[in-house]
Amino acid sequence: MDQPLIKLEGVHKRFGDLEVLRGIDLEVRRSEVVVVIGPSGSGKSTMLRCINGLEPIHLGRIFIEGIDITGSKTNINQIRQKVGMVFQQFNLFPHKTALENLTLSPMKVQGKSQSVAEQIGQDLLAKVGLSEKADEYPGTLSGGQQQRVAIARALAMQPDMMLFDEVTSALDPELVADVLNVMKDLAREGMTMVVVTHEMGFAREVGSRLMFMDEGVIVEEGDPRVMIENPSEERTQKFLGMVL
Amino acid sequence: MDAIGQAFADLERYFFNIEILRDTIPQLLPALLVVFEILFLSLLFSFIGGLTLALTRLVPLRPLRWLVGAYVDFFRALPLLLLLTYIYYGLGLFGSTTGLRFLILDPIPAAILGITITYSAYSAEIFRAGISSVPHGQMEAARSLGMNNYKAMLHVVLPQTMRIVVPPLTNELIAMIKDTALASVITTPELLFRSREIMGLKANPTPLTAAAILYVAFTLPLIRVAARLERRYGKGARPVGM
Ligand SMILES: Nc1ncnc2c1ncn2[C@@H]1O[C@H](COP(=O)(O)OP(=O)(O)OP(=O)(O)O)[C@@H](O)[C@H]1O
Ligand SMILES: [Mg+2]
Repeated sequence: MDQPLIKLEGVHKRFGDLEVLRGIDLEVRRSEVVVVIGPSGSGKSTMLRCINGLEPIHLGRIFIEGIDITGSKTNINQIRQKVGMVFQQFNLFPHKTALENLTLSPMKVQGKSQSVAEQIGQDLLAKVGLSEKADEYPGTLSGGQQQRVAIARALAMQPDMMLFDEVTSALDPELVADVLNVMKDLAREGMTMVVVTHEMGFAREVGSRLMFMDEGVIVEEGDPRVMIENPSEERTQKFLGMVL
Repeated sequence: MDAIGQAFADLERYFFNIEILRDTIPQLLPALLVVFEILFLSLLFSFIGGLTLALTRLVPLRPLRWLVGAYVDFFRALPLLLLLTYIYYGLGLFGSTTGLRFLILDPIPAAILGITITYSAYSAEIFRAGISSVPHGQMEAARSLGMNNYKAMLHVVLPQTMRIVVPPLTNELIAMIKDTALASVITTPELLFRSREIMGLKANPTPLTAAAILYVAFTLPLIRVAARLERRYGKGARPVGM
């Protein structure tokens, strides 16, 4: 499998007159963990949302496992099952228990039986350390627990790759580690990941590549361990000085 | 002093005549059933109608959305009393001159139709507010899990909408109960119409009081229920992680 799982070619995205992505090229290969950093408003979330087809793009092409998702004939719902996404605000379904959050889509979209979906769900809750919370509603869980359920929910669709958008930024500091540990385990198991985060420890430990974005372009990318110590661009340097 | 004493005696004789009350209330029970019938069907149809209108407004087709918007605004503005008159007398006249006999409606179906048309417009606004109060992230999360728009709406957005719309819909039901009395202008044998008939027979307006007692007696508990629901759901299903 030489073909990249995710490939962006000259992607441009505008909101009205505001050009948010200005020519993004990106390739992510199987089991790579790409960490994306950059100042607020630089287009990191927008890039992830485009990869997942949540935002249409104006120019360029996006391929998921070789399939052009910008083509009009593509079934985007099918593509999305291959791409898991986790949001900063968790977005758990408040009217469903933790386990039901995990089983809803496998049952309604993939047509799995309840018992199969629940088996997968229970295994994933165990994996994120929340077996005993299966029947709790999201409102009764802490932010960190909710976010781990959200990760498990995305994994329940058995995706080939995962996108994480600042998933620890809304959490109290003492809850961040649990979520990061789940993500590190995933990375070590070989999950392909694109992770927007300012947790440099995470980038150092499991990142295969670090990308610095600013004003809708990728300014610099490289080995996280090298780049964090020795950024070659001045903008990267300045930014790292602020987050480290 | 004497004049005031006389006034109270008259009030009692004409509006709170115990004997007539005792006589009238049992006679009004069939009319109460008619009210229930109108309410039940109008509530059911306007729930479906309002939800359909609200969902149609989300379809990305400008002319369709405009049409629904125009419907909602128009029927919220048009007095129900006039609508009932047009449906019963207007359509009926048109039906009998053209021979399109299905346009000639009996009073009860005409009342149900009119109330449904008007209350669908009211409910559409309630559902619209309910749907838009579900955080956008819910739809996005559902879509990112591979659900299409229809499934995301059905399994994620609408269940959350239902909790939000229960209190305003209960308030709407309370208004609807009182609006069934408007159907008396098209000779629907409901509470107000029947009590006015009995008033004529007895040459005494106390039967109106009997009707009032019945309206209040079964609306009051609903008002309490609405207040309870409002306290329970009113703040909305707390959006998670906000
Ligand atoms: N739906 C939208 N409509 C209009 N403008 C938008 C929309 N979404 C994002 N933008 C704008 O696009 C720009 C990039 O936003 P984006 O969320 O991608 O940045 P970001 O790098 O993720 O920032 P942050 O670190 O604050 O999350 C911002 O200026 C933002 O205001
Ligand atoms: Mg962002």
